[in-house]
Amino acid sequence: MQETENKMKDQKYIGKSAVRIDGKVKVSGAAEFIDDLDFGPDLLYAAIVESKFAHAVINKIDTSDAEKIPGVVKIVTGKDFPFRFGLYMHDRFIFAQDRVRFVGEQIGAVIARDAATALKAAKLVKVDYTELPAILNVEQSLTKDAFLIHPELRYYKHVPWFFPKGETNIAHLRKVRKGDVQKGFKEADFIFEDTYTVPRYAHCAIEVHGAVGLYDNSDRLTVWTASQSPYTQRNLFAEALAPLGLSHKDIRVVTPFIGGGFGGKAGVSMEILGAALAIAMKGRPVKVLWSRAQEFYNTYQRQGLTARIKVGLKKDGTIIAMDNILNWDAGAYVEYGANVVNAAGLSASGPYNIPNVSIDSVCIYTNLPPGGPYRGFGYSEFLFGLESHLNEIAKKMKIDPIQLRRKNAIREGDILNYGGKMNANGLIEAIDKVEKEIEWNKKETSSDPNKAIGKGIALFWKAPAMPPNASSSAFLKFNEDGSINILISGMEIGQGLLTVMAQIAAEVLTVPPEKIRVETPDTDRNPYEWQTVGSHVTWGCGRAVESAAIDAREQIFDIVERALGKDRKSLYLDDECVKSKTDTNFSLSLRDFIIAGIQKPDGSYRGGPILGRGMFMPEFTSALSDPETSQGGHPNVHYTVGASAVKIEVDRQTGKVKIPKVVLAVDVGKALNPDLINGQITGGLLQGIATVLYEDMRFNEKGKLINANFTDYKIPTSMEIPDEIVPIIIEVPQPDGPSGARGVGEHTMIPCAPMIANAVEDALGIRIKSMPITAEKIAMNLKHSL
Amino acid sequence: MRQEIQFKLNGEAIALEVNPNEVLLEVLRDRLGVKSPKCGCDKGDCGTCTVMINGKTIRSCLVLAIEVDGQEVVTLEGLMDSGLTPLQKSFIEHNSFQCGFCAPGMILSATELLAKNHKPNKHEIQEALSGNLCRCTGYSPIINAITDLTTKKK
Ligand code: FES
Ligand code: FES
Repeated sequence: MQETENKMKDQKYIGKSAVRIDGKVKVSGAAEFIDDLDFGPDLLYAAIVESKFAHAVINKIDTSDAEKIPGVVKIVTGKDFPFRFGLYMHDRFIFAQDRVRFVGEQIGAVIARDAATALKAAKLVKVDYTELPAILNVEQSLTKDAFLIHPELRYYKHVPWFFPKGETNIAHLRKVRKGDVQKGFKEADFIFEDTYTVPRYAHCAIEVHGAVGLYDNSDRLTVWTASQSPYTQRNLFAEALAPLGLSHKDIRVVTPFIGGGFGGKAGVSMEILGAALAIAMKGRPVKVLWSRAQEFYNTYQRQGLTARIKVGLKKDGTIIAMDNILNWDAGAYVEYGANVVNAAGLSASGPYNIPNVSIDSVCIYTNLPPGGPYRGFGYSEFLFGLESHLNEIAKKMKIDPIQLRRKNAIREGDILNYGGKMNANGLIEAIDKVEKEIEWNKKETSSDPNKAIGKGIALFWKAPAMPPNASSSAFLKFNEDGSINILISGMEIGQGLLTVMAQIAAEVLTVPPEKIRVETPDTDRNPYEWQTVGSHVTWGCGRAVESAAIDAREQIFDIVERALGKDRKSLYLDDECVKSKTDTNFSLSLRDFIIAGIQKPDGSYRGGPILGRGMFMPEFTSALSDPETSQGGHPNVHYTVGASAVKIEVDRQTGKVKIPKVVLAVDVGKALNPDLINGQITGGLLQGIATVLYEDMRFNEKGKLINANFTDYKIPTSMEIPDEIVPIIIEVPQPDGPSGARGVGEHTMIPCAPMIANAVEDALGIRIKSMPITAEKIAMNLKHSL
Repeated sequence: MRQEIQFKLNGEAIALEVNPNEVLLEVLRDRLGVKSPKCGCDKGDCGTCTVMINGKTIRSCLVLAIEVDGQEVVTLEGLMDSGLTPLQKSFIEHNSFQCGFCAPGMILSATELLAKNHKPNKHEIQEALSGNLCRCTGYSPIINAITDLTTKKK
């Protein structure tokens, strides 16, 4: 493991709840988002011609009526861009070619002078279809004679760790085999099996997706996008448009602030339209901005899951075998979603040490919108079943559910499903702390006979899902006054990345974060970052920034040594000055020389502008493993673990759930900025609680999403928050993280669904095995159980 | 038929010709370049388009531009004549916002609340913000910043 240099000594900026360096720009309204950028009166607007059917052949597209509308500049369809693309598997086209595969899929675009004209004309484009059988669930998709959604699946280009099954609707099958699961079940004293289901969910970032493209007359393509992934987008645009002769150097992606991502703005979804339409309209900027409805039905959705879970235990509660089959409703295109299925498959035994494991994680095409990354990346989904099931097991075996978990919890050095070793972690400490904080052993009853009180717990873990060569880099520039600009392409998506990167550099260079500016990426200016996903940028990009700061520091010492003859080994930085351990009178302010250099007695100078450069790639990872067992590789860099517990109060008549208290303990390695971590906990918890109590995507029998708005797909308001939230930060250092840190962004959402399900069971004695667990569902179940 | 309207925008007198079906949010953003009100849903559900008309918050995606004829419109830009307000400063100190997309609307709703009620309790704050959706923060850091400001001794 590549260890970090800067840790555990007295730290001045790291570990402090510094205020965000982007606080002012955000509360003053100065922060610019994609729709706030100005492109002048030349700007054109695009509206999309969308599929009416979930599955159909396109026979003919008639644009003649639309073309007659004044203000329409151009109409583009699939024939203009017959190129496949995708992040991990090339199964998409920019516009549908001969077939549409979900309701709302883009068939073409009308480009016009203004948005209203474009929209009006798009409605006049006539598409002649022949309907095909629409496959709307995984059971249907897996039947033997199921209609093939991608007949050419076997020819698709994909990453080497995917295993598509040609002539079926299975786009990828991740098989995990550890130990001998048959033998494990034979030796088990108890076996419990059940099935749990999770529907699809929407990210609901408050800002919609948008992209503006300009292919100027010198053949340079610039695309401004609301995105978590500027470099991945540049790469995919270049790949998809390579037949047109575009090179990476001629493509520039600029990502201003984004109004929430949560995975939904990772990879490339609608942004490809910004690039393609710009190509179609050389010389003019073209904007495409999703409506809230499109935001629901034509970006990534969180995939649905049917999980069959089978667990074998010894009498004393030791889990000795687990056999899980995860069938994922991955939607019409899986270019990103198949990797969710992959990552979840590798870890679907949860944070437990189990000697014999069998997991099939199956990525299944359906004629619903494309699935993809959503905060938690598959872990929220499988943990709903697994953590619910463990409570059922505990109940049947008459073991305390926390005891059952503590007994089986994974510890440092335990063997992971793919054969690697579990990293150092504070899982047991997390369990102990939430148990105490929620007063687990105190049985509580409500004074109101209409209300029942229940408590629930769930453990969680998650590793970043990334290619083995995902890397980060950073530049650090000093300015004349000793202030600093840091250039990275990790994206500020609300988590506070800019601030934490400033804190990391501040610690090395002794320049306070207020004197450091870090801005959102522009691929022309900022160096490479794979993408801001998987809760990995604090860790990966943080290492790059740390090494850029160290690089700058070494250059500083270099200059002082060369110009003043100081012994380099004695030099150190303190309070924005270079000082010497051997010459205590020596102190040279950084601002005096980091641009100008140091003057020698003869009037000449030594030095020059200080420019730090840093890079990080986790060189110990590998995705190569046996496809039948997943043994042999090292796909995951590390897991972040934790535990969460909740106390709820349920109304016995209406089923309405109130949350008096929720506790979440997470091992972050090192809290670089505790306040920002608390922010992740508060926000992630509510987002997770919403998936179990309120939200639910509903499709009609034709595959059309029927609640594509905030009136019918209700996300929580300020009225729906828990009364009390207790965040608990645990710090068992990650040896290769900056100052020992590891990621935390996604983890705070993951335990919510099972923890609430378990609390409902505790309160009322009913086990609900399908999400969401709405008031109506609880009330219905109560009625039936009477 | 275009129609001339006159109104005050952040203290400045504006005279403008608009179509009767033009929405205030579009006029503010696209014609007058005032970008703090955002469009999160275009349907009255999210509150990112919040502005004040005569001191009362409204959703500018639901208001026609002709309706503000003769009225006084204030957006977030208009609150900062003498720099950041104490409320904005409190939001910065509490790291209240994450992505910040909801911030302009949220700040206007909170400003309206504090103008009417100097010491709102938690429930009153929750109610005042209930029309402004935030997907990032879980609301507590926003509520805490308001509570802290109003309970701090001057
Ligand atoms: S844009 Fe006006 S309420 Fe959402
Ligand atoms: S801070 Fe992101 S929506 Fe409120």
